[in-house]
Amino acid sequence: MTQAAVSDVPAERPASVGFRRGVLILAGLVMIGLVALFVGARYGLLLAVGLGLGVLLEGMRFGFAGPWRAMILRREPSGLVAQLLSIALVAIVAIPLLTSHAGELVGAEAPIGFAMVGGAFVFGACMQILLGCGSGTLVNAGSGNPVALVALPFFAIGSFAGAYGLIWWTNLGALPILQFRGVTGLVITLVLLALVAGVTLWRAAPGTVWLSRRHALAAVILAGLAILYLAVAGQPWGVVYGLGLWAAKVVNVFGVDLSGSAFWSAPGSVARLHASLLTDYTSLSDIGLIAGAFGVAAWRRGGLDAKLPNYRARAWVATIITGFLLGYSSRLAFGCNVGAFFSGISTGSLHGWAWFVAAFAGAFVGIRLRPILGLEART
Amino acid sequence: MTRAFTATVAIVSIAALVVFDLVVAPPNPYQAPAVFALGSGSAASGGFCGALPK
Repeated sequence: MTQAAVSDVPAERPASVGFRRGVLILAGLVMIGLVALFVGARYGLLLAVGLGLGVLLEGMRFGFAGPWRAMILRREPSGLVAQLLSIALVAIVAIPLLTSHAGELVGAEAPIGFAMVGGAFVFGACMQILLGCGSGTLVNAGSGNPVALVALPFFAIGSFAGAYGLIWWTNLGALPILQFRGVTGLVITLVLLALVAGVTLWRAAPGTVWLSRRHALAAVILAGLAILYLAVAGQPWGVVYGLGLWAAKVVNVFGVDLSGSAFWSAPGSVARLHASLLTDYTSLSDIGLIAGAFGVAAWRRGGLDAKLPNYRARAWVATIITGFLLGYSSRLAFGCNVGAFFSGISTGSLHGWAWFVAAFAGAFVGIRLRPILGLEART
Repeated sequence: MTRAFTATVAIVSIAALVVFDLVVAPPNPYQAPAVFALGSGSAASGGFCGALPK
Protein backbone atom coordinates (compact mmCIF):
# COMPACT_ATOMS: atom_id res chain seq x y z
CA MET A 1 0.00 0.00 0.00
CA THR A 2 2.94 2.33 0.48
CA GLN A 3 4.32 3.73 -2.75
CA ALA A 4 6.54 6.50 -1.53
CA ALA A 5 9.69 6.92 0.46
CA VAL A 6 9.46 8.00 4.07
CA SER A 7 10.77 11.52 4.53
CA ASP A 8 13.23 12.52 7.22
CA VAL A 9 11.14 13.81 10.08
CA PRO A 10 12.15 14.55 13.67
CA ALA A 11 11.15 11.88 16.21
CA GLU A 12 7.82 12.60 17.86
CA ARG A 13 7.70 12.89 21.66
CA PRO A 14 5.98 9.95 23.42
CA ALA A 15 3.48 12.28 25.10
CA SER A 16 2.49 13.69 21.73
CA VAL A 17 2.08 10.20 20.29
CA GLY A 18 -0.10 9.18 23.23
CA PHE A 19 -2.28 12.26 22.87
CA ARG A 20 -2.74 11.69 19.14
CA ARG A 21 -3.69 8.07 19.68
CA GLY A 22 -6.08 8.99 22.45
CA VAL A 23 -7.81 11.48 20.15
CA LEU A 24 -8.10 8.80 17.45
CA ILE A 25 -9.74 6.30 19.82
CA LEU A 26 -12.08 8.99 21.15
CA ALA A 27 -13.02 10.08 17.63
CA GLY A 28 -13.90 6.50 16.67
CA LEU A 29 -16.02 5.99 19.76
CA VAL A 30 -17.80 9.35 19.26
CA MET A 31 -18.60 8.46 15.64
CA ILE A 32 -20.08 5.11 16.66
CA GLY A 33 -21.96 6.65 19.58
CA LEU A 34 -23.48 9.46 17.52
CA VAL A 35 -24.68 7.10 14.79
CA ALA A 36 -26.08 4.65 17.36
CA LEU A 37 -27.89 7.44 19.20
CA PHE A 38 -29.21 9.53 16.32
CA VAL A 39 -29.67 6.89 13.60
CA GLY A 40 -30.04 3.56 15.39
CA ALA A 41 -28.09 0.97 17.36
CA ARG A 42 -27.84 -1.41 14.38
CA TYR A 43 -26.24 1.31 12.29
CA GLY A 44 -23.79 2.25 15.03
CA LEU A 45 -22.76 -1.38 15.35
CA LEU A 46 -22.29 -1.71 11.59
CA LEU A 47 -20.13 1.41 11.56
CA ALA A 48 -18.06 -0.21 14.32
CA VAL A 49 -17.70 -3.36 12.21
CA GLY A 50 -16.66 -1.21 9.25
CA LEU A 51 -14.07 0.58 11.37
CA GLY A 52 -12.84 -2.81 12.53
CA LEU A 53 -12.49 -3.95 8.93
CA GLY A 54 -10.53 -0.81 8.05
CA VAL A 55 -8.24 -1.20 11.05
CA LEU A 56 -7.73 -4.88 10.24
CA LEU A 57 -7.01 -4.49 6.53
CA GLU A 58 -4.67 -1.51 6.95
CA GLY A 59 -3.20 -2.52 10.31
CA MET A 60 -2.36 -6.09 9.29
CA ARG A 61 -1.69 -5.15 5.65
CA PHE A 62 -4.17 -7.74 4.50
CA GLY A 63 -5.94 -7.42 1.18
CA PHE A 64 -6.97 -9.10 -2.05
CA ALA A 65 -5.09 -7.53 -4.98
CA GLY A 66 -1.64 -7.84 -3.41
CA PRO A 67 -1.86 -11.56 -2.57
CA TRP A 68 -3.13 -12.39 -6.07
CA ARG A 69 -0.20 -10.46 -7.52
CA ALA A 70 2.20 -12.25 -5.15
CA MET A 71 0.85 -15.62 -6.25
CA ILE A 72 0.95 -14.84 -9.97
CA LEU A 73 4.32 -13.09 -10.07
CA ARG A 74 6.30 -14.81 -7.30
CA ARG A 75 4.15 -17.87 -6.56
CA GLU A 76 3.83 -16.84 -2.89
CA PRO A 77 0.64 -18.53 -1.69
CA SER A 78 0.20 -17.19 1.85
CA GLY A 79 -2.17 -14.29 1.17
CA LEU A 80 -4.40 -16.23 -1.21
CA VAL A 81 -4.55 -19.21 1.13
CA ALA A 82 -5.53 -16.84 3.93
CA GLN A 83 -8.37 -15.47 1.80
CA LEU A 84 -9.62 -19.01 1.16
CA LEU A 85 -9.31 -19.85 4.87
CA SER A 86 -11.32 -16.78 5.84
CA ILE A 87 -14.02 -17.57 3.28
CA ALA A 88 -14.22 -21.15 4.59
CA LEU A 89 -14.58 -19.97 8.20
CA VAL A 90 -17.42 -17.64 7.23
CA ALA A 91 -19.10 -20.37 5.16
CA ILE A 92 -19.07 -22.80 8.09
CA VAL A 93 -21.25 -20.35 10.03
CA ALA A 94 -23.08 -18.50 7.27
CA ILE A 95 -24.45 -21.30 5.10
CA PRO A 96 -26.18 -23.12 8.00
CA LEU A 97 -27.51 -19.79 9.30
CA LEU A 98 -28.85 -18.82 5.89
CA THR A 99 -30.55 -22.20 5.68
CA SER A 100 -32.13 -22.02 9.13
CA HIS A 101 -33.00 -18.29 9.03
CA ALA A 102 -34.07 -17.87 5.40
CA GLY A 103 -35.67 -14.47 4.88
CA GLU A 104 -34.27 -12.99 8.04
CA LEU A 105 -30.80 -13.42 6.58
CA VAL A 106 -29.98 -13.36 2.86
CA GLY A 107 -26.81 -14.36 1.07
CA ALA A 108 -25.55 -13.34 -2.32
CA GLU A 109 -28.27 -14.07 -4.88
CA ALA A 110 -26.87 -13.32 -8.30
CA PRO A 111 -27.07 -15.09 -11.65
CA ILE A 112 -24.05 -16.19 -13.66
CA GLY A 113 -24.21 -14.57 -17.08
CA PHE A 114 -22.18 -13.16 -19.97
CA ALA A 115 -22.01 -9.66 -18.47
CA MET A 116 -21.32 -11.04 -15.00
CA VAL A 117 -18.32 -13.07 -16.16
CA GLY A 118 -17.05 -10.28 -18.42
CA GLY A 119 -17.40 -7.75 -15.62
CA ALA A 120 -15.44 -9.96 -13.25
CA PHE A 121 -12.66 -10.33 -15.82
CA VAL A 122 -12.40 -6.56 -16.28
CA PHE A 123 -12.52 -6.00 -12.51
CA GLY A 124 -9.72 -8.53 -11.98
CA ALA A 125 -7.58 -6.68 -14.52
CA CYS A 126 -8.39 -3.23 -13.11
CA MET A 127 -7.68 -4.21 -9.50
CA GLN A 128 -4.18 -5.23 -10.58
CA ILE A 129 -3.64 -2.05 -12.59
CA LEU A 130 -4.40 0.11 -9.54
CA LEU A 131 -3.34 -2.47 -6.94
CA GLY A 132 -6.61 -1.81 -5.21
CA CYS A 133 -9.81 -3.81 -5.24
CA GLY A 134 -13.18 -2.77 -3.80
CA SER A 135 -12.11 -2.77 -0.17
CA GLY A 136 -8.50 -1.98 -1.08
CA THR A 137 -9.33 1.28 -2.85
CA LEU A 138 -11.22 2.52 0.21
CA VAL A 139 -8.50 1.43 2.62
CA ASN A 140 -5.75 2.87 0.45
CA ALA A 141 -7.57 6.18 0.09
CA GLY A 142 -8.02 6.39 3.85
CA SER A 143 -4.32 5.80 4.43
CA GLY A 144 -3.37 8.56 1.98
CA ASN A 145 -2.54 6.67 -1.20
CA PRO A 146 -3.00 9.36 -3.89
CA VAL A 147 -3.81 6.88 -6.67
CA ALA A 148 -6.67 5.37 -4.65
CA LEU A 149 -7.88 8.84 -3.64
CA VAL A 150 -8.15 9.92 -7.29
CA ALA A 151 -9.71 6.61 -8.34
CA LEU A 152 -12.36 6.54 -5.59
CA PRO A 153 -14.84 9.15 -6.92
CA PHE A 154 -14.66 7.60 -10.39
CA PHE A 155 -15.17 4.18 -8.81
CA ALA A 156 -18.38 5.56 -7.30
CA ILE A 157 -19.51 7.10 -10.60
CA GLY A 158 -18.74 3.83 -12.39
CA SER A 159 -20.70 1.87 -9.82
CA PHE A 160 -23.68 4.16 -10.32
CA ALA A 161 -23.44 3.89 -14.13
CA GLY A 162 -22.99 0.12 -14.02
CA ALA A 163 -26.05 -0.26 -11.82
CA TYR A 164 -28.00 2.04 -14.16
CA GLY A 165 -27.68 -0.48 -16.99
CA LEU A 166 -27.36 -3.64 -14.93
CA ILE A 167 -30.70 -5.16 -15.90
CA TRP A 168 -30.03 -4.56 -19.62
CA TRP A 169 -26.62 -6.20 -19.33
CA THR A 170 -27.98 -9.14 -17.35
CA ASN A 171 -30.74 -9.70 -19.91
CA LEU A 172 -28.08 -10.42 -22.53
CA GLY A 173 -28.01 -13.90 -21.10
CA ALA A 174 -27.83 -15.38 -17.63
CA LEU A 175 -28.47 -18.63 -15.82
CA PRO A 176 -31.00 -18.89 -12.99
CA ILE A 177 -29.63 -17.98 -9.56
CA LEU A 178 -27.79 -21.01 -8.21
CA GLN A 179 -26.94 -21.35 -4.53
CA PHE A 180 -25.42 -23.99 -2.26
CA ARG A 181 -27.58 -24.51 0.81
CA GLY A 182 -27.76 -26.91 3.74
CA VAL A 183 -25.14 -29.45 4.76
CA THR A 184 -24.58 -30.54 1.16
CA GLY A 185 -24.03 -26.96 0.07
CA LEU A 186 -21.56 -26.34 2.87
CA VAL A 187 -19.62 -29.53 2.10
CA ILE A 188 -19.43 -28.64 -1.62
CA THR A 189 -18.20 -25.14 -0.77
CA LEU A 190 -15.53 -26.40 1.63
CA VAL A 191 -14.34 -29.09 -0.79
CA LEU A 192 -14.04 -26.53 -3.61
CA LEU A 193 -12.13 -24.15 -1.33
CA ALA A 194 -9.82 -26.98 -0.28
CA LEU A 195 -9.24 -27.88 -3.93
CA VAL A 196 -8.30 -24.29 -4.81
CA ALA A 197 -6.02 -24.11 -1.76
CA GLY A 198 -4.44 -27.41 -2.81
CA VAL A 199 -3.76 -26.18 -6.33
CA THR A 200 -2.39 -22.92 -4.91
CA LEU A 201 0.03 -24.78 -2.64
CA TRP A 202 0.98 -27.17 -5.44
CA ARG A 203 1.87 -24.18 -7.63
CA ALA A 204 3.75 -22.39 -4.81
CA ALA A 205 7.43 -21.69 -5.30
CA PRO A 206 9.71 -23.97 -3.27
CA GLY A 207 10.64 -22.56 0.11
CA THR A 208 7.75 -20.07 0.30
CA VAL A 209 5.61 -19.82 3.41
CA TRP A 210 2.27 -21.54 2.87
CA LEU A 211 0.37 -19.49 5.42
CA SER A 212 2.12 -16.86 7.51
CA ARG A 213 1.07 -16.23 11.10
CA ARG A 214 0.05 -12.66 10.22
CA HIS A 215 -2.12 -13.78 7.33
CA ALA A 216 -3.70 -16.58 9.38
CA LEU A 217 -4.57 -14.21 12.21
CA ALA A 218 -5.97 -11.63 9.80
CA ALA A 219 -8.06 -14.31 8.09
CA VAL A 220 -9.63 -15.41 11.38
CA ILE A 221 -10.41 -11.84 12.49
CA LEU A 222 -11.80 -10.98 9.05
CA ALA A 223 -14.06 -14.02 9.21
CA GLY A 224 -15.30 -12.98 12.65
CA LEU A 225 -16.12 -9.47 11.46
CA ALA A 226 -17.85 -10.79 8.32
CA ILE A 227 -20.03 -13.14 10.39
CA LEU A 228 -20.90 -10.31 12.77
CA TYR A 229 -21.78 -8.15 9.75
CA LEU A 230 -24.15 -10.85 8.48
CA ALA A 231 -25.82 -11.27 11.86
CA VAL A 232 -26.32 -7.51 12.30
CA ALA A 233 -27.24 -6.46 8.75
CA GLY A 234 -29.01 -9.63 7.66
CA GLN A 235 -26.95 -9.62 4.47
CA PRO A 236 -23.28 -10.27 3.66
CA TRP A 237 -20.49 -7.71 3.63
CA GLY A 238 -20.45 -5.66 0.42
CA VAL A 239 -18.71 -2.56 -0.88
CA VAL A 240 -19.74 -1.33 -4.33
CA TYR A 241 -23.48 -0.91 -3.79
CA GLY A 242 -22.75 1.87 -1.31
CA LEU A 243 -20.38 3.67 -3.66
CA GLY A 244 -22.95 3.67 -6.44
CA LEU A 245 -25.58 4.94 -4.01
CA TRP A 246 -23.35 7.88 -3.06
CA ALA A 247 -23.14 8.96 -6.71
CA ALA A 248 -26.85 8.31 -7.28
CA LYS A 249 -27.78 10.49 -4.31
CA VAL A 250 -25.71 13.39 -5.62
CA VAL A 251 -27.21 12.98 -9.10
CA ASN A 252 -30.71 12.74 -7.64
CA VAL A 253 -30.32 15.94 -5.64
CA PHE A 254 -29.52 17.79 -8.86
CA GLY A 255 -32.82 16.64 -10.31
CA VAL A 256 -31.60 14.02 -12.77
CA ASP A 257 -34.41 11.65 -13.69
CA LEU A 258 -33.47 8.07 -12.85
CA SER A 259 -36.78 6.52 -13.91
CA GLY A 260 -35.15 5.30 -17.12
CA SER A 261 -33.08 2.84 -15.15
CA ALA A 262 -34.73 -0.43 -14.16
CA PHE A 263 -32.25 -0.65 -11.29
CA TRP A 264 -32.56 2.83 -9.82
CA SER A 265 -36.33 2.96 -10.31
CA ALA A 266 -36.89 -0.34 -8.45
CA PRO A 267 -38.88 0.26 -5.24
CA GLY A 268 -35.99 -0.75 -2.98
CA SER A 269 -33.55 1.55 -4.80
CA VAL A 270 -35.99 4.50 -4.68
CA ALA A 271 -36.47 3.99 -0.94
CA ARG A 272 -32.72 3.99 -0.32
CA LEU A 273 -32.20 7.06 -2.52
CA HIS A 274 -34.47 8.98 -0.16
CA ALA A 275 -33.21 7.44 3.07
CA SER A 276 -30.15 8.52 5.04
CA LEU A 277 -26.79 7.14 3.89
CA LEU A 278 -26.23 6.25 7.53
CA THR A 279 -29.00 3.65 7.22
CA ASP A 280 -27.37 1.95 4.23
CA TYR A 281 -25.31 -1.02 5.38
CA THR A 282 -22.67 -0.96 2.66
CA SER A 283 -22.24 2.82 2.99
CA LEU A 284 -21.62 2.43 6.72
CA SER A 285 -18.98 -0.23 6.24
CA ASP A 286 -17.41 1.76 3.37
CA ILE A 287 -17.16 4.82 5.62
CA GLY A 288 -15.73 2.59 8.33
CA LEU A 289 -13.12 1.16 5.97
CA ILE A 290 -11.86 4.63 5.03
CA ALA A 291 -11.96 6.00 8.58
CA GLY A 292 -10.42 2.85 10.09
CA ALA A 293 -7.54 2.90 7.61
CA PHE A 294 -7.04 6.61 8.28
CA GLY A 295 -6.95 5.87 11.99
CA VAL A 296 -4.25 3.21 11.59
CA ALA A 297 -2.13 5.43 9.33
CA ALA A 298 -2.41 8.31 11.79
CA TRP A 299 -1.74 5.95 14.71
CA ARG A 300 1.61 4.75 13.33
CA ARG A 301 4.72 6.81 13.99
CA GLY A 302 5.42 8.48 10.66
CA GLY A 303 2.47 6.70 9.08
CA LEU A 304 1.45 9.77 7.09
CA ASP A 305 4.92 11.22 6.54
CA ALA A 306 5.67 9.41 3.27
CA LYS A 307 6.17 11.81 0.37
CA LEU A 308 3.68 11.54 -2.48
CA PRO A 309 5.06 9.88 -5.61
CA ASN A 310 5.40 11.67 -8.94
CA TYR A 311 3.49 9.97 -11.73
CA ARG A 312 3.29 11.01 -15.36
CA ALA A 313 0.03 12.37 -16.74
CA ARG A 314 -0.81 9.07 -18.45
CA ALA A 315 -0.75 7.33 -15.08
CA TRP A 316 -3.36 9.73 -13.72
CA VAL A 317 -5.51 9.35 -16.85
CA ALA A 318 -5.22 5.58 -16.44
CA THR A 319 -6.17 5.91 -12.78
CA ILE A 320 -9.36 7.82 -13.63
CA ILE A 321 -10.41 5.42 -16.40
CA THR A 322 -9.52 2.34 -14.35
CA GLY A 323 -11.33 3.71 -11.31
CA PHE A 324 -14.48 4.15 -13.41
CA LEU A 325 -14.10 0.64 -14.85
CA LEU A 326 -13.67 -0.82 -11.36
CA GLY A 327 -17.05 0.56 -10.42
CA TYR A 328 -18.82 -0.26 -13.68
CA SER A 329 -17.49 -3.80 -13.99
CA SER A 330 -18.15 -4.68 -10.38
CA ARG A 331 -21.82 -3.85 -10.82
CA LEU A 332 -22.08 -6.02 -13.93
CA ALA A 333 -20.26 -8.77 -12.03
CA PHE A 334 -22.68 -8.56 -9.07
CA GLY A 335 -19.95 -7.51 -6.71
CA CYS A 336 -16.25 -6.97 -6.30
CA ASN A 337 -13.70 -9.06 -4.43
CA VAL A 338 -15.86 -8.55 -1.33
CA GLY A 339 -19.48 -8.83 -2.47
CA ALA A 340 -18.91 -11.53 -5.11
CA PHE A 341 -15.71 -13.39 -4.21
CA PHE A 342 -15.60 -13.25 -0.40
CA SER A 343 -19.29 -12.93 0.42
CA GLY A 344 -20.58 -14.76 -2.67
CA ILE A 345 -18.63 -17.94 -2.07
CA SER A 346 -19.00 -17.83 1.72
CA THR A 347 -22.79 -17.56 1.45
CA GLY A 348 -23.05 -20.34 -1.12
CA SER A 349 -23.61 -18.38 -4.34
CA LEU A 350 -22.25 -20.10 -7.44
CA HIS A 351 -21.67 -16.69 -9.02
CA GLY A 352 -18.87 -16.16 -6.50
CA TRP A 353 -16.95 -19.06 -8.02
CA ALA A 354 -17.51 -17.82 -11.57
CA TRP A 355 -16.36 -14.39 -10.42
CA PHE A 356 -13.17 -15.84 -8.92
CA VAL A 357 -12.19 -17.73 -12.09
CA ALA A 358 -12.89 -14.77 -14.39
CA ALA A 359 -11.27 -12.15 -12.14
CA PHE A 360 -8.16 -14.27 -11.57
CA ALA A 361 -7.78 -14.62 -15.34
CA GLY A 362 -8.19 -10.85 -15.67
CA ALA A 363 -5.51 -10.32 -13.04
CA PHE A 364 -2.88 -11.70 -15.44
CA VAL A 365 -3.85 -8.99 -17.94
CA GLY A 366 -3.87 -6.25 -15.30
CA ILE A 367 -0.40 -7.16 -14.07
CA ARG A 368 0.93 -6.75 -17.62
CA LEU A 369 -0.92 -3.45 -18.15
CA ARG A 370 0.18 -1.76 -14.91
CA PRO A 371 3.73 -0.86 -15.99
CA ILE A 372 2.57 0.03 -19.51
CA LEU A 373 0.17 2.58 -18.04
CA GLY A 374 2.97 4.20 -16.06
CA LEU A 375 1.91 3.05 -12.60
CA GLU A 376 5.23 1.36 -11.87
CA ALA A 377 8.72 1.20 -13.29
CA ARG A 378 8.87 -1.21 -16.20
CA THR A 379 10.99 -4.30 -15.55
CA MET B 1 3.64 17.09 0.07
CA THR B 2 3.04 13.96 2.15
CA ARG B 3 0.34 11.38 2.69
CA ALA B 4 -0.98 13.51 5.56
CA PHE B 5 -2.48 15.78 2.89
CA THR B 6 -4.16 13.04 0.83
CA ALA B 7 -5.41 11.14 3.88
CA THR B 8 -6.90 14.37 5.22
CA VAL B 9 -8.59 15.03 1.87
CA ALA B 10 -10.09 11.52 2.01
CA ILE B 11 -11.47 11.85 5.53
CA VAL B 12 -12.76 15.41 4.98
CA SER B 13 -14.46 14.34 1.73
CA ILE B 14 -16.26 11.51 3.49
CA ALA B 15 -17.29 13.83 6.31
CA ALA B 16 -18.60 16.33 3.74
CA LEU B 17 -20.59 13.60 2.01
CA VAL B 18 -22.19 12.56 5.29
CA VAL B 19 -23.04 16.17 6.24
CA PHE B 20 -24.50 16.77 2.76
CA ASP B 21 -26.65 13.67 3.13
CA LEU B 22 -27.76 14.58 6.65
CA VAL B 23 -29.13 17.82 5.24
CA VAL B 24 -30.83 16.11 2.28
CA ALA B 25 -32.13 13.01 4.09
CA PRO B 26 -32.08 13.36 7.88
CA PRO B 27 -32.30 10.01 9.71
CA ASN B 28 -35.11 9.09 12.04
CA PRO B 29 -33.87 7.05 15.04
CA TYR B 30 -37.46 6.18 15.97
CA GLN B 31 -37.68 3.99 12.86
CA ALA B 32 -34.50 2.07 13.66
CA PRO B 33 -34.65 -1.72 13.31
CA ALA B 34 -33.57 -4.25 15.95
CA VAL B 35 -29.84 -4.28 16.66
CA PHE B 36 -29.36 -7.74 15.15
CA ALA B 37 -31.15 -8.91 12.01
CA LEU B 38 -30.53 -12.46 13.17
CA GLY B 39 -33.43 -13.33 15.43
CA SER B 40 -35.33 -10.11 14.68
CA GLY B 41 -38.12 -11.80 12.74
CA SER B 42 -37.91 -9.12 10.06
CA ALA B 43 -37.04 -9.72 6.42
CA ALA B 44 -33.63 -8.50 5.25
CA SER B 45 -34.07 -5.44 3.02
CA GLY B 46 -30.73 -3.69 2.54
CA GLY B 47 -29.09 -2.93 -0.78
CA PHE B 48 -26.37 -5.38 -1.76
CA CYS B 49 -24.12 -5.59 -4.81
CA GLY B 50 -24.41 -9.38 -5.01
CA ALA B 51 -28.14 -9.32 -5.70
CA LEU B 52 -30.66 -7.97 -8.19
CA PRO B 53 -32.68 -4.93 -7.03
CA LYS B 54 -35.99 -5.54 -5.24
